[in-house]
Amino acid sequence: MMHWIILPVVLPALLAPLIAFALRHDITLARTASVAGTSILLAIALGLTILAADGTTHVYRLGDWPAPFGIVLVLDRLSALMVLLTSALALVVLIHAVTTGWDARGRHFHALFQFQLMGICGAFLTGDIFNLFVFFEVLLIASYGLMIHAGGKDRMRAGLQYVVMNLAGSTLFLFALGTLYASTGTLNIADLAVRMPEIPIEEAALVRVAVILLMIVFAVKAALFPVQFWLPATYANAPAPVAALFAIMTKVGAYAILRVHTTVFGPGSPGTEDLAGTWLFPAAIVTIALGAFGVLGARRLMPLIAFSVVGSMGTLLVAVAVFSQTATTAALYYMVHSTFAAACLFLVADLVVTRRRTDTLQPEPATIQNGLFAALFFAAAIAMAGMPPLSGFLGKLLVLDALREPGLIGWAWSAILVGSLLTIVGFARAGSILFWKSTATTGPSPEPALDDGAEKDPALDLPPPATARQVAPAMLALAGLAALAVFAGPITSYLEETSAQLFDRQGYVDAVLSPVEER
Amino acid sequence: MELIVASSIGVLTAGGVYLLLRLRTFPVILGLALLSYAVNVFLFASGRLAIDQSPILSRYGDASYTDPLPQALVLTAIVISFGMTAVLVMIGLGAYLESDSDRIDIAPETGPETEDTDSKNEGAA
Repeated sequence: MMHWIILPVVLPALLAPLIAFALRHDITLARTASVAGTSILLAIALGLTILAADGTTHVYRLGDWPAPFGIVLVLDRLSALMVLLTSALALVVLIHAVTTGWDARGRHFHALFQFQLMGICGAFLTGDIFNLFVFFEVLLIASYGLMIHAGGKDRMRAGLQYVVMNLAGSTLFLFALGTLYASTGTLNIADLAVRMPEIPIEEAALVRVAVILLMIVFAVKAALFPVQFWLPATYANAPAPVAALFAIMTKVGAYAILRVHTTVFGPGSPGTEDLAGTWLFPAAIVTIALGAFGVLGARRLMPLIAFSVVGSMGTLLVAVAVFSQTATTAALYYMVHSTFAAACLFLVADLVVTRRRTDTLQPEPATIQNGLFAALFFAAAIAMAGMPPLSGFLGKLLVLDALREPGLIGWAWSAILVGSLLTIVGFARAGSILFWKSTATTGPSPEPALDDGAEKDPALDLPPPATARQVAPAMLALAGLAALAVFAGPITSYLEETSAQLFDRQGYVDAVLSPVEER
Repeated sequence: MELIVASSIGVLTAGGVYLLLRLRTFPVILGLALLSYAVNVFLFASGRLAIDQSPILSRYGDASYTDPLPQALVLTAIVISFGMTAVLVMIGLGAYLESDSDRIDIAPETGPETEDTDSKNEGAA
């Protein structure tokens, strides 16, 4: 049996205590271990993606117990893709945190970071819903620590709100699991997929309650409309690298919705197949609107980006809510794109805010390297807003293309297009205040010279200009977005097969529930 | 017994939700504790209620047993909720000491920059 599948969970799980207990007094050692571990994780994820690329669903049975009774990890193309996305993002974010010194502003950053990776990878790989809950808790408890990393009044208060919100969500998750178990007698995803079609529609009331509860829980994670309010405050107050890493956490919610509603409650389950689309689609439309208006109305840079994340989740979930193969392909492409776009924006914003000392959107003296930051922000913002030539445009095009059915086209197209327009306006406003007006307020000097900002406010020792190493992670994320746009053809055909596999319910069930005799 | 279990779950949940909506650290922690008790009992009941039966299938013909899986789930859930409550208490304490306020929602007066994400419960406090 292949043991590679469990490595994305085991490696961070072993590395984190090592960093926390043995290396906590030496930040250099901790950094080395953390970066090395994340690099190895990326290599493993690449290996797993290659392993899964042939379309077989690999199953790892913990303790070799057969599936409905034991715990299984399932590696198919989707989970391999998500693990790869996680590890690539984590490496970029980690390099940023190390080079900018964020990891040294509080304690145990690297240990918490690894625990977070363990939870995220586990959530993507797990094959039953209760372990999904457990891995959610692992990634959440690490994210609580990361969220309040470096402390501060506003951060603590926002962190408290975030923790309470997620604890309430976890309780709801358990209620959903209890209801689901009471009505079906299993929590294994494949087993649920077998039993769900057997439930006649007139007896499905309890299951429908469970499905809606589950959807609310995943919607909390994915920052969907009625329960999105925790996200802007949390992301805006979290340390920027952490907010960049959190870009993948909303995708965990989207992944869970996608996985559960295609494999278990999706087409073929008479009692529940209509539920997700009916409720998800309007909620996602409202989410887009909320994100767009939030971007327009934000008075600080970090909330602005946070609202753009809300908007991108709305776009993603509009595509998910259709549950067709083309729409899922578009959703997956957009998911990869929006993860990197959001992370890139947060990283750039961190570089800017560190040098401006405030992220309020008001004209301030230009920072040194104003042009560089402006260019980076511009590139990241057009990626996020969905302008050509970066992958945001292609992603939104794919989503629009997939939503051509007469019942959807009006709402979806107008929401996405108007939302994009508002997002562009919001970003343009922010960018011009941050980078254009700032050059106008630099004072008597006729041109914004390099040391002008430093003389403007001698009381504050302004941080040194960003070194190449500090800019590199944001550049790397941008390069990823560019690569995503350049190789859109092969990537889309890969994702098409991924969504085909996702909708191949029988293949998943057969792979997971097959008896253990091969080896 | 069904009535007692069901109504206790209901009362615990109602109390938990009420306390959760108070938006002050201490009531919210209590409310989450109540909610987690409610969910534990609920999970326990999801394997059907049975009295005086072991969670092990007997080898000798007696087919009556109580479902062991919910008990395992409850055990995990209890451990997690203990840990989470501890984290919550610490973060709540930290937030209280830092900001001198035990409000959960971010009140507008803490600064002009904070988002009014949750100001609907201003009057309740």
